[in-house]
Amino acid sequence: MDESSKESLPEHRVPGNVNLRMEHISKRFPGVKALQDMHLEIREGEIHALVGENGAGKSTLMKILAGVYRPDSGTIELSGKSVVIDNPNKARALGISIIHQELNLSPNLTVAENIFMGREPHSPLGWIDFRHMNQETQEVLAQIGATFSPSTRVGRLSIAQQQLVEISRALSENARIVVMDEPTASLTGRETKKLFDIMRTLKSRGITIIYISHRMAEIYELADRATVLRDGQYVTTMERADITDSKLIQSMVGREINELYEHAAVKIGDTVLEVRNLSDREYIQGTNLLLRRGEIVGLAGLIGAGRTELARLIFGADRHISGEIRVDGKSVTIHSTIDAIRAGIGLVPESRKEQGLFLELAVQENIAMNTLSKMTTGGLLNMGRIHHIAQEQVDNLGIRLASLKQKVLNLSGGNQQKVVLARWLTIKPKILLLDEPTRGVDVGAKAEIYRIMSKLAHSGVAILMISSELPEVLGMSDRILVMHEGRIAAELPGRTTTQEEIMTHAAGLAVH
Amino acid sequence: MGTIKNTQAVNTARFAEAKDTSVRGRAYRLWQQLSMALVLLILCIIMAIFAPHFLEVGNLLNVARQVSINAVLAAGMTFVILTGGIDLSVGSALAVAGVLAVGLDAIGVPGFFAVLGGIVTGALCGLLNGVLIAKLKLPAFIVTLGALTYLRGLAYVTTGAYPLIKTDLSFGFLGGGSLGPIPMPVIIALIVFIISYIVLTRTTFGRHVYAIGGNEQAARLSGIRVDWNILWVYTISGICAGIAGIIFSARLLSAQPTGGQGYELDAIAAVILGGTSFVGGVGSIVGTLIGVLIIGILNDGLVLMNVPFFYQQIIKGAVIVIAVLIDRFRAGRAIA
Repeated sequence: MDESSKESLPEHRVPGNVNLRMEHISKRFPGVKALQDMHLEIREGEIHALVGENGAGKSTLMKILAGVYRPDSGTIELSGKSVVIDNPNKARALGISIIHQELNLSPNLTVAENIFMGREPHSPLGWIDFRHMNQETQEVLAQIGATFSPSTRVGRLSIAQQQLVEISRALSENARIVVMDEPTASLTGRETKKLFDIMRTLKSRGITIIYISHRMAEIYELADRATVLRDGQYVTTMERADITDSKLIQSMVGREINELYEHAAVKIGDTVLEVRNLSDREYIQGTNLLLRRGEIVGLAGLIGAGRTELARLIFGADRHISGEIRVDGKSVTIHSTIDAIRAGIGLVPESRKEQGLFLELAVQENIAMNTLSKMTTGGLLNMGRIHHIAQEQVDNLGIRLASLKQKVLNLSGGNQQKVVLARWLTIKPKILLLDEPTRGVDVGAKAEIYRIMSKLAHSGVAILMISSELPEVLGMSDRILVMHEGRIAAELPGRTTTQEEIMTHAAGLAVH
Repeated sequence: MGTIKNTQAVNTARFAEAKDTSVRGRAYRLWQQLSMALVLLILCIIMAIFAPHFLEVGNLLNVARQVSINAVLAAGMTFVILTGGIDLSVGSALAVAGVLAVGLDAIGVPGFFAVLGGIVTGALCGLLNGVLIAKLKLPAFIVTLGALTYLRGLAYVTTGAYPLIKTDLSFGFLGGGSLGPIPMPVIIALIVFIISYIVLTRTTFGRHVYAIGGNEQAARLSGIRVDWNILWVYTISGICAGIAGIIFSARLLSAQPTGGQGYELDAIAAVILGGTSFVGGVGSIVGTLIGVLIIGILNDGLVLMNVPFFYQQIIKGAVIVIAVLIDRFRAGRAIA
């Protein structure tokens, strides 16, 4: 992108209007340049999207703004005055508030206690003044239309409500600039809508919002401007009118991605997995499901519809209380994950860090973990074989790493996801259950994961893909199943279906 | 669910360390692994300067002999802590195993079987802990705290609270004997460490221990038999307590119902000093060995320097806290 050069900048500058200006920001961590001569200009009262692949430097830049990191060089100007933000308290005092993707709340404390954490009002005797605290909390909550009480324990709130607590905290600290790091990553469609309304309210009151997101649709809907980062460097800033899908992706990736969803229809074979009348104690009620060789079936539905629970049930991670699971026409007993693995079923869970990876262990061990017991000679692990098998998967899936022995912790989100996938490929699965396989990975890695899925389907693996991203469901699926309240509510053809159709069934609004 | 701010800081530190593949980064990580070895080295130098006779071969062998019991316990403890658990019962299990072995010897059971009996007793103590923790999902701290108390009681009951002295103990050479210049307890401890090292680094079970400690959910979803492995980990800790009990009895040529009191704390301290994470998943048996030596040398040196006993306690405790503090401080510096 040539317009990224500095000459084009002045035309963006509207004097007196710029609220925050970060110039020539560089930051290196031992051995890596996280940011290089980065700059960012935010206007007062705008919603400014910060876009870039994982590792592009968005979070580092925001952490510098929030005083978590100190830049190696560069200046920050706030309302025309040069400021030094060398710790988080300084940032807060300057009216900068950051809401991390992983919320910083104490679940065991109340909403009010969380909002006032570290600056609790005291009575003259030194007690905490709970009455005053709850009162002020109530006022802030009302401002953003939150309906829960200040004395509710945060642990009892939904993720969306917890986010409102974070926003309320920012408001009660009189924040002028609020940074939100992927706030919609774990929200449902309706919750997202509500959050957007709140963001617009904040904007109308002159609060500036910097918004980090992977979701293109949200950026069009919300952002006044968008700044794109790539490899720690500034690429471009776009005005709302200029933002298009292809432009954004192109400047993020630095090349064109022609076909994101690369899935040619394959010859679909015999039934491999048949689930009959499967139920658990809570979520799943008499579900039937069929998967055939070489088929990618999308499983759509709202959060809480029971998609993850269904996958865990099939995989034996939770116990079913009734129903039958048949693999290759034969009934199999699945009481544990070990049974499922033996039957040729793999599950890539929805959150790779919590459920998928051994972050402190080497890449090769993460890949080989499911099959370690088969890689021993005389009771001892055959390191050569482990290395070999891991290398094969790394080549096969195009996992980018420095060494097979490096900790998985050090890989990017997309590569971590591929490591989880690689582990499941070592068992040579017949059936792969993928739960949100592209959550939190950047566009480039997404395309690669889709390509891998297609390849697997081609080789005869049956894939069940749970996804909350409708374009992905539509783009990749041969068939689409929609879940609603623990049941499969509809079966739709891939490609020809529309997002609206899926949502109608997902919301339980379809007329039968 | 919301996380506490500390997690964020830790993640940040990890991130900063993360992408580092440069030579400097590698050197840094190597230094991180070696830092406790360095503490050990500095400690040795201090002792060599200030403690009379510290560097004499006789004294060093003495140190080795003295740490051997803690070493065996700490080896077992390493397995437990790597899974994120804790075993407070090893000191009491040591006593019960010792009492049983000497008792068997006293009624004329051949030495080999008496020793085996002691070790099996330790294993059973550990197995019971394991069943309660892995299968019945009780918290390890409470289960083993209970065991600490009831096993001690058992040792008192079986001996009537009197030491059972047996000067012609058939397996006495395991405590008093030596192979060439090297005392038998040291040899036993070395064998335990070598086996532990191989098991932890080169077997499926060992790697599963790390996997479970690192991420139990992921381990379960990967088809690792989490319960089974945890059960084994406590059994191993029990076996180590049994072996330690044998060494203990053999050294004193008697069964002491009060034996091993508080030993669990030294074992835990050694493991933590050795860099094993209290939440599991990270650590090594080599680190534990270093931890054991730090504690042993500190004990020995303070005695040689004629530091009064109560002051020894203060210094020992402080050194443990300071060593871990230095370790944490160094990890924290990665952020700045």
